[in-house]
Amino acid sequence: MLAMNYRGPFRVRADQKPYPQILHPEDAIVRVTRSCVCGSDLHLYHGLVPDTRVGMTFGHEFIGVVEEIGPGVQNLKVGDNVIVPFNVACGRCAFCKQGLFGNCHESNPQATAVGGIYGYSHTAGGFDGGQAEFVRVPYADVGPTVIPDWMDHDDAVLLTDVVPTGYQAAEMGGIKTGDTVVVFGAGPVGILAAKCAWLFGAGRVIVIDHLEYRLDFVRKYAQCEAYNFRSMEDPVLFIKKTTDWFGADVCIDAVGGDAAGSALQTITGRKMMLQAGSATALHWAINSVKKGGIVSVVGVYGPTDNLVPMGNVLNKGITIRANQASVKRLLPRLIDHVQKGHLDPKAIITHRVPLEEVADAYHIFSAKLDNCIKPVLIPPSARK
Amino acid sequence: MEDLANQYAHIKGWGVDADPRNEPTYPMKNYTGDDHKRLNWERPPLQPQTVEILHSNERPNLTAVFGTSSPPSGLSGTIRRYAFRFSESEYGHWLPLLLADRINVVEGIVDDLKHGHLPNLFAEKGWNAAWKYNRKGLIQTVVVSAVITTAVVAFLMPRKKAHLRG
Repeated sequence: MLAMNYRGPFRVRADQKPYPQILHPEDAIVRVTRSCVCGSDLHLYHGLVPDTRVGMTFGHEFIGVVEEIGPGVQNLKVGDNVIVPFNVACGRCAFCKQGLFGNCHESNPQATAVGGIYGYSHTAGGFDGGQAEFVRVPYADVGPTVIPDWMDHDDAVLLTDVVPTGYQAAEMGGIKTGDTVVVFGAGPVGILAAKCAWLFGAGRVIVIDHLEYRLDFVRKYAQCEAYNFRSMEDPVLFIKKTTDWFGADVCIDAVGGDAAGSALQTITGRKMMLQAGSATALHWAINSVKKGGIVSVVGVYGPTDNLVPMGNVLNKGITIRANQASVKRLLPRLIDHVQKGHLDPKAIITHRVPLEEVADAYHIFSAKLDNCIKPVLIPPSARK
Repeated sequence: MEDLANQYAHIKGWGVDADPRNEPTYPMKNYTGDDHKRLNWERPPLQPQTVEILHSNERPNLTAVFGTSSPPSGLSGTIRRYAFRFSESEYGHWLPLLLADRINVVEGIVDDLKHGHLPNLFAEKGWNAAWKYNRKGLIQTVVVSAVITTAVVAFLMPRKKAHLRG
């Protein structure tokens, strides 16, 4: 079968790889019909995540058709069209039972800090991902959710990660009616976080980024304010001034370790890798939020350390909330939002790329070429 | 609230998920009390181990399922095995893994060549797209890389020693 094949930082290709096998009674094999390149795939692509092995297939945002099921699978049948959450979750450990499906303790032997994630290095379990024609899906009765008949599959594929992550970013912000919410990052997750902040009753939503085309997009898509930090002397000061010198009620870091905006952070975090990515967005979020405010973090960082102003977290009494999205918990609500027209995920898709051209898709997304916001990969079998 | 709802009527779904309980501890975990039973839940069936799987020393065993992609091998595999002696809290864990990743890239090229495959670096780096959408930037990258490479090679080349006149 055709699959993305990681060859090293900034190098990927489409290759023939063996068809996946049922390795556990609760496995399913899914024929992928769409998969996305996620902003967090870029952290792998840029070589920032330890234990990213050559030969692995990335891809944690995918949907498809159930092709095969193991003997222990009861809720799915061959032929079902399914949304596959990016978290591999057992549904039985103490963490899954609490709704923390992103923190499953039975899906990732290599690290205890994170649950299994499809195609996201061996630090997240060593599972081959969905940027392929077929993929092995463990715990098939737990994560996969049948796509409703009425749902556009372009919407469905975005419910695997980007929409739940954006929604959970807003949810973790503890937004009160009328709150001012600042989202750092106008990538796909930041765009959705801004959109979802309104669902929680935000009174004002501000997005900060440096790419004009993304700022233009989010202004229209999320009906919010959007500003370029390159055009301001100091984004923290800007937020203070625009909130009557008070600070934002809620700040969301929707960037993670690939953030631009600070030479020190960029050099130490992204170039020299002396810290686990550049923490510029988190730094700004902590310093822009009001005293007693909430900083919600969904941007992905590596597992070592980052330079953040911890003294200000203490002195301002800030609450920091962070997690991988618990997709399984959120899916019913999000499907409802799509059906009611509150959310229109597919509008963020800008590029549809044949799986064979996966290297171009990564480069376009990574280098922010051709006004790219969200690329979707289409395997050959789904184009027939 | 109603005034606000009118003010934001142009935004579909405004406030539909607003919840006064939505403060930092929300959404509340579905707390079951199982935390105090530690790892003693009823485990799913265990996936048979068919390839070498390294596991964090912060857990006693493998998880019930795991990925089998790219098992450790070669020099990078030896380094990865060493890294897993250290906990996730230690640089001794993560820095060797990053080193192993870089060595693994060279192993990947050697493996390609062994299988008669000459890696097309131009295509693998997505430079087809760069040529289409960012030709100037690509040319700049190539020229700068060539200049730096030439300078490094020139610097490292053995030079004839100047004869000293006594």
